[in-house]
Amino acid sequence: MTPKRRRLTIVFLGLLMLGSATALVLTAFEDNLVFFYSPTELETKNIGPDRRIRIGGLVEEESVGKQADGVTNTFRVTDLTKSVPVAFKGALPDLFREGQGIIAEGRFVKGVFQASEVLAKHDETYMPREVADALKKSGQWKGQGTE
Amino acid sequence: MIAELGHFALIAALFVALAQAVVPMVGANRRDLALMDFGRYAASAQFLCIAIAFAALTHAYIISDFSVANVFQNSHSKQPLLYKISGVWGNHEGSMLFWVLILALFGFAVAAFGNNLPASLRARALSVQAMIGFGFLVFILLTSNPFERLDPAPLDGRELNPLLQDPGLAFHPPMLYLGYVGFSMAFSFAIAALLEGRVDPAWARWVRPWTLAAWTALTGGIVLGSWWAYYELGWGGWWFWDPVENASFMPWLAGTALLHSAIVVEKRDSLKSWTILLAILTFALSLMGTFLVRSGVLTSVHAFAVDPERGLFILGLMILAVGGSLALFAMRAPVLKSGGLFRPISREGGLVLNNLLLSTACATVFIGTLYPLFLDATTGQKVSVGPPFYNATFVPLMIPLLVLLGVGPLLAWKRADILQALTRLWAAAVLTAIVCLFIWSGDDGKSVGAVVGFGIAAWIVGGVLTEYAERIRLFRISIGASLRRATGLSGSSYGMMLAHLGLAAFITGAVGDTFWGVEAVANARPGDKITLGPYDITFDKMSREPGPNYEAEFATMTVTRDGEPVTRLRPERRIYPVQRMPTTEAAIHTTLARDLYVSVGEGNQADGWAVHAWINPLVPWMWIGALMMVCGGLVSLSDRRLRVGAPKRISGAAPQPVGGD
Repeated sequence: MTPKRRRLTIVFLGLLMLGSATALVLTAFEDNLVFFYSPTELETKNIGPDRRIRIGGLVEEESVGKQADGVTNTFRVTDLTKSVPVAFKGALPDLFREGQGIIAEGRFVKGVFQASEVLAKHDETYMPREVADALKKSGQWKGQGTE
Repeated sequence: MIAELGHFALIAALFVALAQAVVPMVGANRRDLALMDFGRYAASAQFLCIAIAFAALTHAYIISDFSVANVFQNSHSKQPLLYKISGVWGNHEGSMLFWVLILALFGFAVAAFGNNLPASLRARALSVQAMIGFGFLVFILLTSNPFERLDPAPLDGRELNPLLQDPGLAFHPPMLYLGYVGFSMAFSFAIAALLEGRVDPAWARWVRPWTLAAWTALTGGIVLGSWWAYYELGWGGWWFWDPVENASFMPWLAGTALLHSAIVVEKRDSLKSWTILLAILTFALSLMGTFLVRSGVLTSVHAFAVDPERGLFILGLMILAVGGSLALFAMRAPVLKSGGLFRPISREGGLVLNNLLLSTACATVFIGTLYPLFLDATTGQKVSVGPPFYNATFVPLMIPLLVLLGVGPLLAWKRADILQALTRLWAAAVLTAIVCLFIWSGDDGKSVGAVVGFGIAAWIVGGVLTEYAERIRLFRISIGASLRRATGLSGSSYGMMLAHLGLAAFITGAVGDTFWGVEAVANARPGDKITLGPYDITFDKMSREPGPNYEAEFATMTVTRDGEPVTRLRPERRIYPVQRMPTTEAAIHTTLARDLYVSVGEGNQADGWAVHAWINPLVPWMWIGALMMVCGGLVSLSDRRLRVGAPKRISGAAPQPVGGD
């Protein structure tokens, strides 16, 4: 096999890989991109329960409670303009506190956000970027944390 | 005083690095031996200066000198000594200092052990190494000076983030950085080779041990991080496809590809420009990893407070390094003469496929990690890409790679017979079939994924063992003769076997955990019982105990199975009063078959505590597998032929290259 043909084979294989990877990535994006909304956006944007989304904001003061089953936590996430009720079954992260910025992932079902995951950060001075931006958008940003 | 000495040493290192970047390069172009040799002295001096700076900072941490701002922010007088020391690199400034320390250490190693390198190649590599060092030293001195003083000195420090006060995480950053920075050697040698205009088997033989060492350290670093996330975060998971995790995984994928393609350059004098390109990309991804983690542009579960200005600086450095080297590559790559020819079906062909699959997989991770950033910058739309994306892209690309792994080592160099290779793998095929059937019949969920996953692991084990049996001609010659052959095999063959078997063990663990995990969440008070699969967990009591710099709250739980006692678990919650931060310490009972994992959330006597329990089947195999991969790397490194600076190949059929100029 001449060097030229070998190179052609490799280039062909490479293109084949790239093609299949692109196809994989595109189909995966279609189903698996998780969009982020602030509580205000959530109100205006009518999102169905079949779509997995992320919401973020601060945990509203005095909103944290538990349902009767003892393991479902309820609280409200706010961008200080609007707030959304959230239900989450399981242990909350260590840095989950009222007033703390968090991100929750899950589905919005009948006005309640059913979270399957709640993320708080490893560092208490850290504010998730999305949360900071959501607060800036709602005009409530006081410049704490990063940025 | 000592802190100022450290600061001064760091400034001195900057000027030494500048000289080391310029003088040997000029020397190499003029063929002036004295100037070229200057690089070696400069590399030693640079290492000495940075070592002094690092020692000064460590000293400040050990004696708790809170007049140094960095110590004040990341240490506390009551912190155990181990965490005072790990605090040195557990923060931005200190970790950057550690970065350049390792960079200089590698430069020093080239200067000290590179006697057999052609003088001009060594001079150029040292010069490139110093350019990187110069960039990072400027960065440290301008934006992240670890020696800044506070006046008046505070009475006590703010303490290291409690999550980082953990033995696993104490050694995670050093290992990770050894890996990241280790790839700088491959990069420097690649640039030097481009400048020289020649890449030959000798070049690959110098680059391979560095790449292997970096790969081994990076593997260890990633696994330590993953292990830490597993037992410390209390989420029961070990990999979240989080951007920060991906940032270290991409250089690993590229580095693994580089490791394999360098073999082709060494043994067959082929795939040269590709290998050079991979060396550049691997280091570029390492730089990007540093950038992503340090800049905070990505939302990550592992993000710590960061400063965007610093991110911009690293981004600038990265663009300069990557842009410059790619431009050089475009100019010089056509000069590289291609060597040995091979057919598509051959060992070389297999390794090309390995490289293509690994780099494509790396590209999908790259897209998944950076697409949210791209979308945010262009449309302002915020998205995140989670595990389902990677399951749909990364996993399908890994499957053919792993299947190929079983066959590849059996293919002959140059031209091979695929049918013949497959016939030799009959035993592996039988083993795979048995395992698949066994899994299918025993699995209640009947998941195809589990069958495929375990089948692949069995196939790899079968392939590796077949190759080994053939090498020592097991059952074809007497057992004694086979044994003699086995002891005669090179360290790198054993290293390869061990690493590949480790990968199979890792897959076993990952697949078992993914498909067969069981979890239970309950709100419990002392006296309550939680059922988890076949186990009954009884919550006996809650008790308190003070630690050195925290208050601990223990739950005592008795685990039984069909009435028989299994173990007693003590999951723990700690409150670190200085940072007012709680941490969860999960309790894990490990057997070879599974981890029994229990963590306790916040709670009190009246409302009860949130208890989260998991059975994580086969997870210990992941850690064993990872350890085997690291050991494989080490065994391979111990190979005499690969010993750093080894002048001549002792055995083997590759053409003897001409060393020197």
